[in-house]
Amino acid sequence: MKTLVLVEHDNTDMKDATLAVVTAASQLGEVHALVVGSGCASVGEQASKVAGVSTVHVADDASLANQLAENVAPLVASLMESHDAFLAPATTTGKNIAPRVAALLDVMQISDILSVESEDTFTRPIYAGNAIATVQSSDAKKVITVRGTAFDKAAAEGGSASVEGVTGAGESGLSSFVSEEIAKSERPELTSAKIIVSGGRALGSSEKFEEVITPLADKLGAGIGASRAAVDAGYVPNDYQVGQTGKIVAPEVYIAIGISGAIQHLAGMKDSKTIVAINKDEDAPIFQIADIGLVADLFNAVPELTEKV
Amino acid sequence: MKILVPVKRVIDYNVKPRVKSDGSGVDLANVKMSMNPFDEISVEEAIRLKEAGKAEEIVAVSVGPQKAQETLRTALAMGADRAILVMTDEEVEPLGVAKILAKIVEEEAPKLVITGKQAIDDDSNQTGQMLAALLGWGQGTFANTVSVDGDSVEVKREIDGGLQTVKLNLPAVVTTDLRLNEPRYASLPNIMKAKKKPLDEKTPADYGVDISPRLTTTNVSEPPVRQAGEKVEDVDALVAKLKAVGAI
Repeated sequence: MKTLVLVEHDNTDMKDATLAVVTAASQLGEVHALVVGSGCASVGEQASKVAGVSTVHVADDASLANQLAENVAPLVASLMESHDAFLAPATTTGKNIAPRVAALLDVMQISDILSVESEDTFTRPIYAGNAIATVQSSDAKKVITVRGTAFDKAAAEGGSASVEGVTGAGESGLSSFVSEEIAKSERPELTSAKIIVSGGRALGSSEKFEEVITPLADKLGAGIGASRAAVDAGYVPNDYQVGQTGKIVAPEVYIAIGISGAIQHLAGMKDSKTIVAINKDEDAPIFQIADIGLVADLFNAVPELTEKV
Repeated sequence: MKILVPVKRVIDYNVKPRVKSDGSGVDLANVKMSMNPFDEISVEEAIRLKEAGKAEEIVAVSVGPQKAQETLRTALAMGADRAILVMTDEEVEPLGVAKILAKIVEEEAPKLVITGKQAIDDDSNQTGQMLAALLGWGQGTFANTVSVDGDSVEVKREIDGGLQTVKLNLPAVVTTDLRLNEPRYASLPNIMKAKKKPLDEKTPADYGVDISPRLTTTNVSEPPVRQAGEKVEDVDALVAKLKAVGAI
């Protein structure tokens, strides 16, 4: 089977999310990577070094600079004439593009896979991860998004794939890019951070969130996450949200502070290696899954922890 | 402008799903069902556009069992003008739903389709994008802000690194994210009024599209259960534990 992997990137750097998808694809067959962007030659080069990738297709065109689904999907659909499976990371980019490709190919997408059981059978989470479904696809071509935390990352170095240029269909005329507000941060990205410090509604305000959570994260070199309640209350931006409909994370250590543990939040972090919970409510559901729990007022405990770690 | 709002009847947000012991699925007998939370946000957004004078009519649509009528009545009570139920007891996959919706769009000619980014039962996150592809329309997924201006709509989208704004020519498909708005509750008088609003009943056969499933679910199982660890007395004990497991 010949697979086509959508490379996650920002026109300069390939993102780690790509590597887990390469691993999933390699379980199906030969791995080709697709870089879609503008001025993205360096990304093509990085993708060619990923272990297990045999060919990199690079579509470099001004119309693809922002990876608008309307412009990308027809290109992927045409490449699928010579590939059997399209795999994208289950990031907002992948989730935006893959279903559009699937519909163009008249294929039912398999979303957010956790494992490859055979070339047509996969497992995937449903009901916020409260159930795991095994699904078998009867479509001749497969369109798949991959949950990054469920697969090991392929080695970013060691491969020597050939790089080929491909041409897109240009502007669809349906949509255009207006602007982007991307937070610039020295902090590790949530989906690749080794440690995540995450705050909930109990923080009470954006000032307190900054005052209590940030110093601990700084000291641990951690990424910062949040519960939906904290995001909805405006303490932190939307892209901090961990959960069923936010980011799915599985760091070495997840420190949940003032987070009660709604099932939608647990869905996004319960595969973390070690879960630490600090909450003053000893009956909070988060303690049912935490490896280490501390029942305490976070406003006292967290500054003390920051000092002592 | 007419707005079409597809809504889905799903397990209530607050209910913890239980997997059936025979591995055939999730037990939905005697479980509280509600409108998919993202679809509530879609209905709300459509109503706000109507209140702002940007839209004249809101049509709610659901593909599902007879009981999905209740979900449509909720949409009508919130402020939708009329509803279409495409009745089927079979589970219809996102691709099948998108095909039915594409036919309804042909008949109704809305300028905007607003639907939830994902349903909280199958967590697929596909229907809106698929519908946009089938119609050859632009798509504004994971919407945080929607501004309609003449023949176009600007959608601020929630993306992994922050926010991205795109401009779509109308007609277009928008899928909603959590921060777009806070849906209203239907008032009692509006719930009463909603009972008199028109609700058409159709079947998938009326639309002549092939919705036979492409995926077969061979098993549904419980995820691995995570055991609670231990509680520590104070911060010193917590630090010691973290060191013991090599976390710091």
